[in-house]
Amino acid sequence: MDFFSLLYYRFKKVWKAVRLYLVIAGPGLVVMIADNDAGGITTYAATGAKYGYHLIWFLLLLIPVAYYVQEMTVRLGAVTKRGHAEAIFESFGAFWGWFSLLDLMIVDWLTLVTEFVGMTAALSIFGVPAWLTVILVVLLMSIIVLNGRYWTWEKIALGFCLLNLIYIPAAFMVNPSIADIANHGLIPNLPGGLTNELFFLLMANIGTTIAPWMLFFQQSSVVDKGLQEKDIKMGKIDTFIGAIITVAIAIFIVIVTGTLLNGAPIDDAATAAKLLMKTNHYVGAFMAVGLFDAGLLGAICISLASSWAFGEIFGWAHSLNTKVKEAPWFYISFIFTLITAGVVPLIPGAPLVLITLFVQVVAVTLLPAALVFLILLLNDKKTMGEYANTRFQNIISSVIVGSIIILSTMYGVSALFPNIFQ
Amino acid sequence: MRTINQFFSKIREINQRYAKPTVEMSRGVKFSLAVLRVYLFLLVVLMVYKFITVINVV
Repeated sequence: MDFFSLLYYRFKKVWKAVRLYLVIAGPGLVVMIADNDAGGITTYAATGAKYGYHLIWFLLLLIPVAYYVQEMTVRLGAVTKRGHAEAIFESFGAFWGWFSLLDLMIVDWLTLVTEFVGMTAALSIFGVPAWLTVILVVLLMSIIVLNGRYWTWEKIALGFCLLNLIYIPAAFMVNPSIADIANHGLIPNLPGGLTNELFFLLMANIGTTIAPWMLFFQQSSVVDKGLQEKDIKMGKIDTFIGAIITVAIAIFIVIVTGTLLNGAPIDDAATAAKLLMKTNHYVGAFMAVGLFDAGLLGAICISLASSWAFGEIFGWAHSLNTKVKEAPWFYISFIFTLITAGVVPLIPGAPLVLITLFVQVVAVTLLPAALVFLILLLNDKKTMGEYANTRFQNIISSVIVGSIIILSTMYGVSALFPNIFQ
Repeated sequence: MRTINQFFSKIREINQRYAKPTVEMSRGVKFSLAVLRVYLFLLVVLMVYKFITVINVV
């Protein structure tokens, strides 16, 4: 075989793999990028404003953390063809099943409220009233979901994922010092020592990287998309690329706020956008658009995670490939969750701070349980066969899950008792 | 009334369907579930304590 034939053969092989990836890509990318939801953007903006580029190295560590946890849901979904809620019910019985389902419902609804808070705050910067934002979002999300095809929904969601990359041009527009990023950001360091404030922010970054709804969403999404065992490899690549993109976006947000708002007190991403507008109008506008998009993506995935889980357990038709007539309860639960959560930010004097606090605490009750169930299910050789966790995977995932449980518990407890670790 | 009855009969049906866990209850699984119960119990105690403290302050 001559050189050019070999080159052509290699190109055809790679192109075939790329095309296959493009068919299978979706659940991993969407879940990972949606992970940078309104709460996540706030956490990254606050991290950059408080500590500049100093914690970029820590964000890089979150790539394997997010990947190893989420790739387990790909295998579980592709092999069992069941969502996470159904898998817990069937494998561990009704007690743990109800506990997980009800906890998921509460966490998802509360998180959805925070997404609406983020979206209304983002568009208020452009003069859009909160009530109009809520109506537009509910209408837009209903249209996206009610089209009756998983593929269409996924492509639209991927379009919103693309918009999430808006932080990359924003970071270039603020002209950061590459030398400072490399010197301060890439070498592990704890600026000012491990203070209570720094510890809280590190835990918040971990908390926003792995959320309970992500496990339920990705597994159900893999099942709804119809991925098979043979697709697991590409599904894992999809998840890995998603993990890299989500952390890259987080780093670009840190660069933006670390460059322009270093030392400014940032309580939420909307405040960051307003402050950025005073320095650079376009960067501030990008921040606000990114916040709205993040809230929208988060809301799309979170409300679907709940509806899928309920459909699995109650035996309703629960696929995005079904029409409204064929799966009325699936769509009713989706829109009901959306509307009730969207109304909350419009209530004058609604306890939004308390809700944000409560999200962190309730998530701590669900996350450890969901992660422990995940590892136990991946060790069930009878069901998983050759796709069960290997010894190496068990060591890695146990260390990651153990660390997440300890840190998220400390995060939740410190949210309940703010002075406990001082 | 009929809808409520239907709802509860659905719950009973789900409870029956998933009454028996299918995962093999090895020592590791039993231990993990026991630790999870203790962990969740302690968290609930903390939350109730916080709730009572807040109520007393108000």
